[in-house]
Amino acid sequence: MNELALAVPWLGKRNPQAARWLIIALALAAPMIAILFGRTWVRVLDFALLYIMLALGLNLVVGFAGLLDLGYIAFYAVGAYTFAFLASPHFDLHLPFYIVLPLSAGFAAMAGITLGFPVLRLRGDYLAIVTLGFGEIVRIFLNNLNYPVNITNGPQGINSLDPIILFGWDLSRNIQVTEELSINSLFLYYYAFLACVAGSILFIQRLQISRVGRAWAAMRDDELAAKAIGINTRNMKLLAFSLGATFGGVSGGLFGSFQGFVSPESFSLMESIAVLTMVVFGGMGNIAGAIVGALILSALPEILRHLAVPMQQTLFGKVLLDPEVLRMLLLSLAMILMMLLRPAGLIPANARYSHIEHLKSQGVTR
Amino acid sequence: MITLLEARGIGKRFGGLQALADVSLTIGKGEIYGLIGPNGAGKTTLFNVLTGAYTPDGGEFVFSGTVLPSGKPHLVVAQGVARTFQNIRLFRELTALENVMAGHHIRTNATIWGILTQNKHTREEERLTTERAYQLLKYVGIERFATATAKNLSYGDQRRLEIARALATEPQLLALDEPAAGMNATETAQLKLLIEQIRRDGITVLLIEHDVKLVMGLCDRVAVLDFGRKIAEDIPAVVQKNEAVISAYLGGGHKHAH
Repeated sequence: MNELALAVPWLGKRNPQAARWLIIALALAAPMIAILFGRTWVRVLDFALLYIMLALGLNLVVGFAGLLDLGYIAFYAVGAYTFAFLASPHFDLHLPFYIVLPLSAGFAAMAGITLGFPVLRLRGDYLAIVTLGFGEIVRIFLNNLNYPVNITNGPQGINSLDPIILFGWDLSRNIQVTEELSINSLFLYYYAFLACVAGSILFIQRLQISRVGRAWAAMRDDELAAKAIGINTRNMKLLAFSLGATFGGVSGGLFGSFQGFVSPESFSLMESIAVLTMVVFGGMGNIAGAIVGALILSALPEILRHLAVPMQQTLFGKVLLDPEVLRMLLLSLAMILMMLLRPAGLIPANARYSHIEHLKSQGVTR
Repeated sequence: MITLLEARGIGKRFGGLQALADVSLTIGKGEIYGLIGPNGAGKTTLFNVLTGAYTPDGGEFVFSGTVLPSGKPHLVVAQGVARTFQNIRLFRELTALENVMAGHHIRTNATIWGILTQNKHTREEERLTTERAYQLLKYVGIERFATATAKNLSYGDQRRLEIARALATEPQLLALDEPAAGMNATETAQLKLLIEQIRRDGITVLLIEHDVKLVMGLCDRVAVLDFGRKIAEDIPAVVQKNEAVISAYLGGGHKHAH
């Protein structure tokens, strides 16, 4: 929380405590504000939370451990399909949510290790190419494993995934409080996802200032020196890949059950790049950066979809630029501007935020 | 003299170049042992083989009675051998304190579960790591830069930080690769005091150095490498007068680039 609070402009450095409460209040109130503009926007927020979790997980691999991963969406796919296999009419399995989600995470973590082993010796561009290939392999498998035995149902994907049901409480049903007032299921999902994101933030923050986080940072800065002080870089890399993948898997499982439908086209290379862009845009190696990046870039296409068409129609009388095209245009422009103006991202990784706090708590800083 | 490290017939070849040929030497516990020789003599290669960065073609290192694993640096560090680098290799984006704390990695064992739950063991270990790291910064005299980013430290302080980081691994043998390179006379004099202090605190020091004055004033014994072979090993005063050493340095018989 410290790092997040400190990242709040102006207030963060003056009164971190107030900034912290502001973030919590905003996070809790966000769907209520969004609903004023229509239910779609709550849905956008729900998806934004899933993207935040993805960005946090990828940030762990790319930002903390310095391993450039272009196939990260594959873990999201593994999580989503694990959920689909175990909780849908496809195999007619309907295991309970609290078993399926850990399994989604577990299988994704195993996929992370599977990817990690062959790429241990690779770095930089070479690593990026192999991970990119890995992501495509997973997608192509999902696309084609419907013959001779139908496992994934191919390009049609799998339908009617079970919703999240916690102790008999179905999140996909609206709660009827009184006759006029009902709590929409999108709200329930929002708070469930928010809890997952909050848990992820807490865990990742603790990781960052632990011996493991330091070992990753050391490895990222100088692998040879890291080895020379006794860091087992092989294990640390595998740990980064598997933990990063775990977040992807959880996010994927939640995505599958939220959407109720999974198909290979949700897990294309463009999605991997989108998540990486969120991390880079927000600030690599920085929890707050990953969150802000994911929030902005996942909401952007929706905002464009709702603003660009009507605006163009009023201005020019017709739609000149498709929102999708506009999105790519703006994204590219944003990235170019970022590289020129803020090469370290919106919120540059200032790892020392948390570390100075940490040191103070240890009574070290003068 | 109790033997701490023994090199037995170490050989290492890079393609057509015999970097090390049958090098044997013995370092006693509590010694400051110098390793000198012209550029390209194989000193750093010997360091790299010792610390597990390279696998030797032949021979082995015996460290307080056990054979050191080859090609596995983290296991060598765990045995108690730490090193610094000729060209400083710090974790540039981390603070000075974090650099030293990272050095303590091998002596800590908090698990992922412990980190997630911040259990008592993890918190205690983290507190000790921080405290120890700060003490080590004090020990090498740069504690006022504890929260400064490593890349922003002055050259001499970076060298000190690298030594502190190596000490954080709790070594029995500290291998320093040209620690005085690029230092001025004052810094070198301070470094000499630091190395003597390290020895007094019970750590054996293996030193590669070009500064002959420093080596002769500091080391108990010196070995001289030339073209991958050990041509002399003795107390500094004797080595200085050794014919083979003089000709190696002055170029008699061999041709050198400098």
